[in-house]
Amino acid sequence: MKKTVYTLCFMCSVRCPIAVVVEDDQVVSIGGNPHVPAMKGGVCPKGAAAVGWVNDPQRVHGPLIRSGARGSGQWKTASWDAALDYTADRCREIFEKYGSKSAVYCERVNLATDLSKTFMKAIGSPNYFSHDTVCKGSINTACRSLTGYTDAQISADWGNARHVVLYGRNIFESMEVKAVNALLDAMAQGTKLTTIDPRVSITAAKSSRYMMIRPGTDLALNYALMHVIIRERHFYDVKYVDRWVEGFDKLCNFVKEFTPEWAEAETGIPAEEIVQLAKDINEAKPAVVFHYGYRGSGHPNEIYFRRSIMILNALMGSIEAKGGVFIKKGPKDAGLAAGIRKFSDQQFPKMADGRKFDGCGQEKFPIVDPAHGVGAMFPSAVLNEDPYPLKVLFAFRYDPLFSLCDYQQTLRALEKLELIVSCDINFGGTTSRADVILPESFFLERSDPLQMAAGLKPAINRRIACIKPRFDTKPMWWILKQLAERLGAGDYFPYETIEDIWKYQLADVGLQAGDFEAKGFVSLSDKPIWWDRENGIQFKTPSGKIEFASSLLEKHSFQSFPPYEPLETPQDRFRLIVGRCVAHTNVMTQNNTYLNELVPENVLWINSERAAALGIKNMDLVEIASAAGSGRLKAFVTNMIQPEAVFMLHGFGHQEPESRRSYQRGVADAMLQEATVDPVGGSPAFDHTLVTVKRV
Amino acid sequence: MGDYLIYTDPAKCVACHACEIACKVKNQVPAGATLGKIVVLGPKLMNGKPMMSSLFIPCFHCEDAWCLNACPVNAIRKRDKDGLVYILRELCVGCKSCILACPWHIPQWDATAGKAMKCNMCMDRIDEGLEPACVAVCPTDALQFGEPAALSQKSREEYGLSLLGRSRTRYGH
Repeated sequence: MKKTVYTLCFMCSVRCPIAVVVEDDQVVSIGGNPHVPAMKGGVCPKGAAAVGWVNDPQRVHGPLIRSGARGSGQWKTASWDAALDYTADRCREIFEKYGSKSAVYCERVNLATDLSKTFMKAIGSPNYFSHDTVCKGSINTACRSLTGYTDAQISADWGNARHVVLYGRNIFESMEVKAVNALLDAMAQGTKLTTIDPRVSITAAKSSRYMMIRPGTDLALNYALMHVIIRERHFYDVKYVDRWVEGFDKLCNFVKEFTPEWAEAETGIPAEEIVQLAKDINEAKPAVVFHYGYRGSGHPNEIYFRRSIMILNALMGSIEAKGGVFIKKGPKDAGLAAGIRKFSDQQFPKMADGRKFDGCGQEKFPIVDPAHGVGAMFPSAVLNEDPYPLKVLFAFRYDPLFSLCDYQQTLRALEKLELIVSCDINFGGTTSRADVILPESFFLERSDPLQMAAGLKPAINRRIACIKPRFDTKPMWWILKQLAERLGAGDYFPYETIEDIWKYQLADVGLQAGDFEAKGFVSLSDKPIWWDRENGIQFKTPSGKIEFASSLLEKHSFQSFPPYEPLETPQDRFRLIVGRCVAHTNVMTQNNTYLNELVPENVLWINSERAAALGIKNMDLVEIASAAGSGRLKAFVTNMIQPEAVFMLHGFGHQEPESRRSYQRGVADAMLQEATVDPVGGSPAFDHTLVTVKRV
Repeated sequence: MGDYLIYTDPAKCVACHACEIACKVKNQVPAGATLGKIVVLGPKLMNGKPMMSSLFIPCFHCEDAWCLNACPVNAIRKRDKDGLVYILRELCVGCKSCILACPWHIPQWDATAGKAMKCNMCMDRIDEGLEPACVAVCPTDALQFGEPAALSQKSREEYGLSLLGRSRTRYGH
C-alpha cells in the first residue's frame, strides 16, 4: 500500500519541502511537496539522489569506537550504551582535568540545533560554532551593521524583482528550488539578471548580462556604481533614503573619488558598462535585488564588500520593497502571541569562565554573531591553547577538516585533541579520524524537532520519518539527551519521544502535531506580510534606520568606510577562487553513489592564454601549490575564466578510506587555502589564496 | 516516442541532471548506464556572451524500432495501446544486438545483470496516471510530458496569451 509523506529534505541546508512516496518501507519516489507550488513538484539532483544513501553499504552502520590509529579505518562496533558510556567516561576524565570548557561543539545548523546549544549550556561550555559562520559570517555581520538583521533574517523577493544582480552567487547551481523557480518565472516575464563573476557559471550563462570581473575587485565595482547613482541624483530613491538612511552624506563624500573610469582599471569592466548597469538598475527600482550572496569574493575585507551590496539595495529603496529584499516576518508579525518554545531558553548554571575559544562577541571578534561563532579560529585555538586547552570536539554533521582553510593545520589540531566525537551518516574527513562515531539516522529515517520558518508568510515545518532506519542509527535529539544524562545534565532534556518535543515546542503556539498531517507544515499567515515603507519598517539598529555610518562598527573602533585597498595578483601566480556545483553539498555528498557518478572529481579551470604560456593543454595533469599545500588535478583550459583567476569546485580530495567512491578523487580546496580571516566580519577568506600552477 | 513526447524548455533547464538521477533511481540503473540523458551545450562564450542550451534524450520509441527488429529472441516488444517499446528482461540473452542496431545506441548495458535495458518511458508510472520519473522530478518544469497534440496546444496558447498580454492596446483591450 503506497502512502505519501510530507517532510523536509536534508541533502543540503535549504530543507526543501518534499513529498516522499513509500511502499512496504521502501522509498518509491521523492518529489516536491505539492502544497508548495514553487517546488513545481520536483526536487534537485541531490534530493533525487537521497535514495542512494538509504541502503548504502558505505554508510556508518552503527556506533563505532576506534580500534587502530586515527584515520586507519580500523573500528570496533559497539552497542549504543557502550559507545555513549565510552564517550561520557572519556569526557568526564578530560573535564576533570581541563574543565568542560575544553569541549568544542561544531555542527551544520539543523533542526536539532536548539538541542545542541542546550547540550553545551547544560554541560557548561561556551564553545559552540556552526557551519554558518564559515559559510557566511561576514555577510551576517555586514547585514547587522546596516539593518540590525542577520542575512538569515532577510531574503529576496525573487518572483517580483525586475532586476537582480548576483556577485558570484551561483543561484542556478545551488538549486534552492523555490527561489530558482521564482527567478526563472520572473525572467520569463522580462526580469533582468546581471551576473558578476570571474568565471562563467551556469548562472552566468543564463543571465541577461554577464560581467567578467578581475578577482577580488567587486568592492571597486560597487563603489563606482554608488558613485554613478549618487552623481545622477535621481538614480537613487530619494524619499526612501531621506526617511530610512543614516550616514548618507558620509557615503556621498566617500564615493566621490570612485569614478567608473577608476573602476574600469580596477575591475576590468568598461566604465560605460558600469554606467549602463546603474541606469538599468535605476529603471527597475525599487524592485531590485543586489544579492548579498553566500560565497564568492571571500577576502579579508569581505565585510565591506557585503556592506556595499546592502548599501546599493538601500540606495534603490529595495529593502522591504516588493521585488526587493525583505525582512522575514515571524509568528508575532502574524498575530501570534509566541513562536515555538526553545529548549535552549531554559535557565542554565552560570559558567565560571565565559571566555570562548574564538573570542566571538568578545575581545577578538567583538561584532561577529555569537549564535554562530568564528569557526575559522578553531584550529589555531587548539594548537595554541588560546585562551585555554581545548581537548574534546563534538563534530555533529559537520566536517571541519575539509571545511576550514589549511587542511594541514586543521589536521594538526585534530591530532592534538584527546577526544573526537562524530555524529555523521557516512564517513567524512573528521568522522574518519574520530575516536567514537555516534551515527545519526538519515533524514528519510528520522523525525526531528519542528522548524520555525520566518518569511513573508511565516510557517512551521515538520520533518517526519518516512521509512524505518536501515541500520543501528539514531536521531540527534536522542543522542544528545543520552549524552547529557550520562554527563549529569539530563534534566535539560525533558522528553522521551519526538512527540514530547513537538508538544514542548508548540506549547505557546496553539497548534498540535496532528495539524501537520495534511501538508507537512502550517502556514501562520494567508498573505505575505509587508511593512509600511513610509513608517513601518522595523530596523533593529540603534537609530532604527539603515546605518551607512554603522554604530555597531564604530562603537568597536572599526571604520564604516575604510580606504579602498587594491588587491594585486602577481603575474606569475593566480588567485584561487572556489565554488559549488549542483551535484554536491559542501564536503558531504561526494560519496553518494548517484552524485559521485554525476560529478566524481574537480578540475582546475585555467584561462586559455595563461595555460598556453605555461604549456598546459586541456585535461593535462597539473600541480597547484600555495603556501598551505599542494595537489594534483586535471586542467580545464577555457576562455570562460578571467586570466588572473583559477577555479576549482569545493569539497573533493577526500582522504577517508571508508568512503571508497570519493577517496582521493580530485583535490581539496582546503589543502590549498591559507587560514586568513576577515578580522571584522568573521568569515575565512576562501578566495584570497595565491597559487602557482605547473604541468606535471 | 510512442504516442507521447518529452519536451525540453531550454530557458527553464538549469542542467541540474535531476532527470537522469531520478531515472536511475526509479529504474535501478547501474553506474555508467543512463536511460534518459540530458544533453547540455555549454556554458560557452559566443561572441563574448555566455550561453547554454539543453535537450533531454530518452528513448524515442520509434514506430519501426531498430532495436525491436534486431532482437533475435523477440525480447523487445511494443505496447499496442500507446506504442511504447520495452524489453522483457527475462527473455533478454544479453547479445547487445539492440544497442548496435539503434542509430543512437540508446539501449544500455546492465553489466550486473548481463542484459540490455532501455527507457520504457516509465510505463508503469504512466499506467498509474503519473509522468515518467525524469519529468516528474524536474525542479523547474523544464521537461514536459504529454501527447504531441496537447503539448502543441499548450505551447501555442501560452505564446498567444503572452503576446496578447504584452500588447493590450494593440489588441483592443
